[in-house]
This record gives sequence, C-alpha cells and structure tokens, in this order.
Amino acid sequence: MTPEGLRYTKDHEWARTDGDLVVVGITHYAQDQLGDVVFVELPAVGRTLEAGQSFGVIEAVKTVSDLYAPMAGEIVEVNAALAGEPALVNQAPYEAGWMVKIRPSNAADLDHLLDASAYRALLEAQHA
Amino acid sequence: MSYVGRSAAEREAMLASIGVARFEDLLIDVPPALRVNGPLDVPPAASELELRAEIGAIAARNDAAREMPSFLGGGMYDHFIPSALPRVALRSEFMTAYTPYQPEVAQGTLQVIFEFQSMISELTGLEVANASLYDGASAVVEAAYLARAQTGRPGIVVAGALHPHYEQALGTFHGTDHVRHVAHDPAAGTVDVATLTAAIGPETACVVLQYPNFFGAIEDVRALAALAHAAGALAIVAADPIALALLTPPGELGADLCVGEAQALGAPISFGGPVCGFFAGKKEFVRRFPGRIVGQTIDGHGRRGFVLTLQTREQHIRREKATSNICTNQGLIALMNTIYLSLLGKQGLVDVATLCFQKTRYAAARALAMAGVPVAYSAPYLREVTLRLPTRADAVIRRGRELGVLLGVDGAVFGEATADLLLVAATEKRTRAEIDRWAEALSAAVQGDAR
Repeated sequence: MTPEGLRYTKDHEWARTDGDLVVVGITHYAQDQLGDVVFVELPAVGRTLEAGQSFGVIEAVKTVSDLYAPMAGEIVEVNAALAGEPALVNQAPYEAGWMVKIRPSNAADLDHLLDASAYRALLEAQHA
Repeated sequence: MSYVGRSAAEREAMLASIGVARFEDLLIDVPPALRVNGPLDVPPAASELELRAEIGAIAARNDAAREMPSFLGGGMYDHFIPSALPRVALRSEFMTAYTPYQPEVAQGTLQVIFEFQSMISELTGLEVANASLYDGASAVVEAAYLARAQTGRPGIVVAGALHPHYEQALGTFHGTDHVRHVAHDPAAGTVDVATLTAAIGPETACVVLQYPNFFGAIEDVRALAALAHAAGALAIVAADPIALALLTPPGELGADLCVGEAQALGAPISFGGPVCGFFAGKKEFVRRFPGRIVGQTIDGHGRRGFVLTLQTREQHIRREKATSNICTNQGLIALMNTIYLSLLGKQGLVDVATLCFQKTRYAAARALAMAGVPVAYSAPYLREVTLRLPTRADAVIRRGRELGVLLGVDGAVFGEATADLLLVAATEKRTRAEIDRWAEALSAAVQGDAR
C-alpha cells in the first residue's frame, strides 16, 4: 500500500524519479479516503509551480480536494488518460493513475520528502 | 405546510430562553436615532375587499401590453401563450422554483428539466445545456466567468450591440476595467470586423456578441467566432431562442457557448420578470458550467429515470475557489419554456418565428410608406427592426402612448448616440390592422413632434 522507493508528502502525494523528471500522483491512502474519483483537473503543460502550490483538483463522488506540488518545477506532461478514465486513480494510484510529470527546479528537493517508512509512520500517527 | 402565529406567551418563553427581557433588547446594537419609535406611518389595515379595489385602481394606471398593441422588444417579447401552458405549469406537482435533490420523489420535475436542456441544446446547436440560470444577463456573466477560468485570461470583448443590461451586468460582476466595448458599425448595425480584430489580444478571454444583436441586426457569427479562436479566446453568443428557429444554430457556426433569455418561450413579460436564462456550450467545458445539469439514466431494473448528473462542486465545498455561486435555476419559468416548446412543436416554433419576421418586415415597410421613417441599419434583421426617426424617440414614444399604441423601445437605452432610434418588434400576436394602426400612430407622432 506504501511502496518502497517512492517519496511521499504529508498531503498524501507520492513522487518518483523518472530520468531527470519526477512523476507525481496521490497515494493509495488518499484515493481510499476520497472514494470513487469522478474527475481530475490537471494543469497546462509548461506551467511552473512552487513546492506546495496547488496544481490541480481531484473530484470524488462526495468531495473535492486540491492537488499539491511536492516540489518546485515545471509541468512537462500530464496523464491524459485520466480525462476519460478518472477511476485509474482508484485502480492503480502508483501506476496508471499517475497525474503529472515535473522537471524539478532542484532534483535534490526529492530527498527532503518522506520515505516509505516515514509516510507509514505518518498514517499510523493519524489513526492513533 | 401550516403556519401558526406566535402567542404572547410563546414570545415571552422564547425571549426568556435566550435571556432577554424584551424584544427591543435585541436591537441595542442599532443606534437609537436609526430606530423607528412608535407605530409605522401607514394607513390603518384595510379589508381584503378594500385592498383589492385600491391596488386594482393603481394597477389600472399601467398601460398594459394586453390593453394596447405592443411593439416593444429589446429582449422581452409579447408572444401568444396557449391556455394549456398555465394550466399545466400551475399544477401543484410542478409549481416550484427549486431544483429537486431527491430523484425518488421528483421524476416529473427532473424530466421537465432534462427536456428543457435537450431543446435548448437543439436550438443552440451545442452539446450540453444546463437547467437554466436567472436571466439572460446572468447567463452572459456566467459564460464570461467560464471563459476566464478556461483561458486563464481576464479580458472580455463586447462585439457591437450587446443588450445594454447584459453589458452592465458584465461590468458589475467582472469589473468594468475587464470589459472592452467595440462599437457597432453606424451604417450596417453589426460589428466591424477590422475594429474588433484590433481589440482582441492575448489578454482576451472571450468575445461576446448578440445574435440577432440588440438592434435586431444579424451578426456574422462564423467570422466573429473564427476571430476569437484565432486569438485563443472563446466565442460567446447571446441569442434569441425564437430567432434560433430560423437562424443557423450558433454551435454550427463555431460558438463555444450560447446563452440568452428564454422569456420569449411562453413566459409572460410581467413587468420585466421573472424571466429565465439559458446556458449551452461545448461538452469540453461542462466541468466549468454554472448551475446544474439533469441527466437520463436507467435504474437497477433497467427502467428510464432522471437524476442530477452534474453540478459544479466548488459551489458547495470549495466556495472560495468557485467561479460561480449560482446553485439554483429558474425552474418554474424553464417549465413554462418546456411546455411552450412541447405545445408548439418544431414546426410551430418555426411558424412563430416566420410570422414575427414577416410582420416586422411589413411594419418596416408601413413605417417608410406612412411616416417616411426608414430602417436604420443595412444588415439583415429577423424579428426586430430598428428605425431611424427624424427626432428623439422618447417624445415619439410618449405621443404614441397617448394614441394608444406602444410604438417600440427607445434607442436611448443603448446610449445618447442612438436616441433617435426606435426598436420595433411585431410578434405573431400583432394583426395587420394593429400594424396599420401602429404605422398611423407613428406617422402622427413623428409629424406631431416636428411641428
């Protein structure tokens, strides 16, 4: 549910290096809390983001949440498949349900994010 | 629902439970100088019989459209309303202004809204229509909000003669510094493409035009939409649904959004309201639509049913991010519109529009022959025509009323530069005799003023 090798944020996004890019999505926990995702609004390619800035909106049957950039950078690709099939976020949050690819302003920023064990500890603390 | 007034004992119990001695104690934050002391200065209560007589006498001072032939238009039109319409619309099952949340108990109302949306979609030639908005002006304002959110740009360009109330509403909601007006061509009556081109830039979110425009002139929607698209802006068309029975639907001409006032479809003019805004657009914008959309589905047994399919979630959950906070619709008027269109049918609506066109043309011909008053603009018109008077329209209109005819709308509502123009709409209700009488009154009013 919380794969090793990814980085995580306290806002329940995950980040994974892919060459010189970083792929971003939401965690299994986040999609489970949201329930059935019905729409994902993603940013325009080329937009630059600050760390923590909202880059999109995810809409589930009963709620709507902002999506936050785990690190500063430029959007170089968005997952076009989510427009027609938003349920991919529920079905495969770490794979086909990815959301954006960012070219980070500073690749080292990734190291400042939580690792899998720290994120698991965060989830356990929230449910303690 | 029953209503029972409070007794004095109940009032005292309520005051005691919140810890105040007298009702006046609740008003201590209002400065004494602003409070009314003692009874209001109004006449003593009248009986219902007396009241009806008094109010009736006041109402009788109006020049009602049903008492003198009306050639008024300018966005509100005096069309015939079949008797079956109020009979159905006022049924208690239907008569609510509110969008029902519970499909289990509101299938009839939801189906009506679905039919309304379907017919608006067909008339405008666009994929999706919502359950309606407050009026034509709010629909134009909402369309501009959608365009700004979609493009991330702030600017609104008004192309030519948009209804002045719509333009004022745009300024009120979006800020007048975001609204740029491009004047209509004084000869054609439509917007000049070269002037408009110069006004559209990288900050332009949308180009708003009216079809036919405020003066009744028919804009080249295809050319104007292409111009907007070339600059990355959306093309918003405010259209008259009766005229759309004959005109090519804006959606087929490249419009991204088509909005407007639906009053002409079976709602009375009622001193200006309530009316009903319609809102239609391309499917790609549906997530940014204001208001609500009803959809058709099937239940667990495979039977057809209707539900609220889509509503902008931001309106409820993330209000600070919402681009619209219109959560309601004009359900009752949209119901009237739906019944109207159902009673008339496709051919009936075409017949109404054709009659309006022919009668307005006849009126224009009579105005020239009888009063020497020409058509003001060279662009084609359909159900409303603008005439150029030799003098200010307000004086002519006043004289017409004395002669028992509502001659038309004063061009001054658009601005001082058009104060000599008279907007004339002859609907299917106007008989040949009435139009002839109108032309006589116009002739007398124009000559009377010239003396």
